[in-house]
Amino acid sequence: MHIPDGYLSPQTYIPLYGVFVSVVAVAVKKVKQEVSARDIPYLGMAAAFSFIIMMFNLPVPGGTTGHAVGSAVIAIIFGPWAAVVAVSVTLIIQALIFGDGGITAIGANCFNMAIFMPFAAYYIFKLLSNNPAKRGRVVIAAFISGYLSLVMAAVVTATEFGIQPLIASDAEGKALYCPYNLSISIPAMAIEHMLIFGIIEGVITALIVNYFVRNEPSFIYAFRKGGKNE
Amino acid sequence: MNKLQKKILVILVLLCLITPAGIFLPAFFNAGDAWGEWSAQTVKELVGYVPKGLAKYSDKWKAPLADYTADSKDKSIVHQSGYYIVSGLTGAAITFVVVLLISRLIVRNGK
Repeated sequence: MHIPDGYLSPQTYIPLYGVFVSVVAVAVKKVKQEVSARDIPYLGMAAAFSFIIMMFNLPVPGGTTGHAVGSAVIAIIFGPWAAVVAVSVTLIIQALIFGDGGITAIGANCFNMAIFMPFAAYYIFKLLSNNPAKRGRVVIAAFISGYLSLVMAAVVTATEFGIQPLIASDAEGKALYCPYNLSISIPAMAIEHMLIFGIIEGVITALIVNYFVRNEPSFIYAFRKGGKNE
Repeated sequence: MNKLQKKILVILVLLCLITPAGIFLPAFFNAGDAWGEWSAQTVKELVGYVPKGLAKYSDKWKAPLADYTADSKDKSIVHQSGYYIVSGLTGAAITFVVVLLISRLIVRNGK
């Protein structure tokens, strides 16, 4: 899901940089209020976990590869704003040092995996589960949150890819950037994430949330945060 | 470092050591690039031309450990696994430190 350089037109990546920078500005304020000094080493470890989990490329047999992201579990345990910071740092390091995701596409990739995905995951989880005592329900909610948020982030990414031929083509009608339109990009990315990668994201989210709700329930932001702040 | 932190650290290191699964599994199941992450050359094979913007921007940035390897021409899957593990450990460590420093800066300034 890491969009490389050259696949997005400036008309796409520049606004997404703008959105990314604005959201990070808010995230900094929110993290200041919400993250305690105790949580900081764990947040660093969570970001490292996200980095590592994205290296596990999983195959669609005979086709493409993909991976889980880890944004869902980070959003549930540390809150979506802390997830914005942790996963953005991860994605920027992947782009700069490992060439995974383009430099021009940092705003887009952070929007998809570090902003859209953790917020989607967090609100899906909150919608499905609000009582840490009902553990079965917590674990199922965590799975659905991981699964759906990754699939939805893949569809958002596919939309960014798929609108490129509409935005920028040369005189001969050839695309200047991503050559595939929405009717190809959306099914391709949605199906692979629905069948394989989303399930992995869901399982990871469920396993880790299950561990914390059993052993360290006070960590879980989604249960600490009351109704009035939502 | 407390008990939970040690536990997480051990799990992270173990995960790094098995990251080559991310090379072996796609190779075994004959799977290629992620969707939309093809090289300019591969796009040419797929659609018959290289989009002009793609030709201009792709490969502009020379990442020091591009594709999580120090030598992409090395065909040995054992060597590539080694590079992959080192990339995983390096990347995870840098990510940890940067998030730690940024969060400390943010939280300290706020209190």
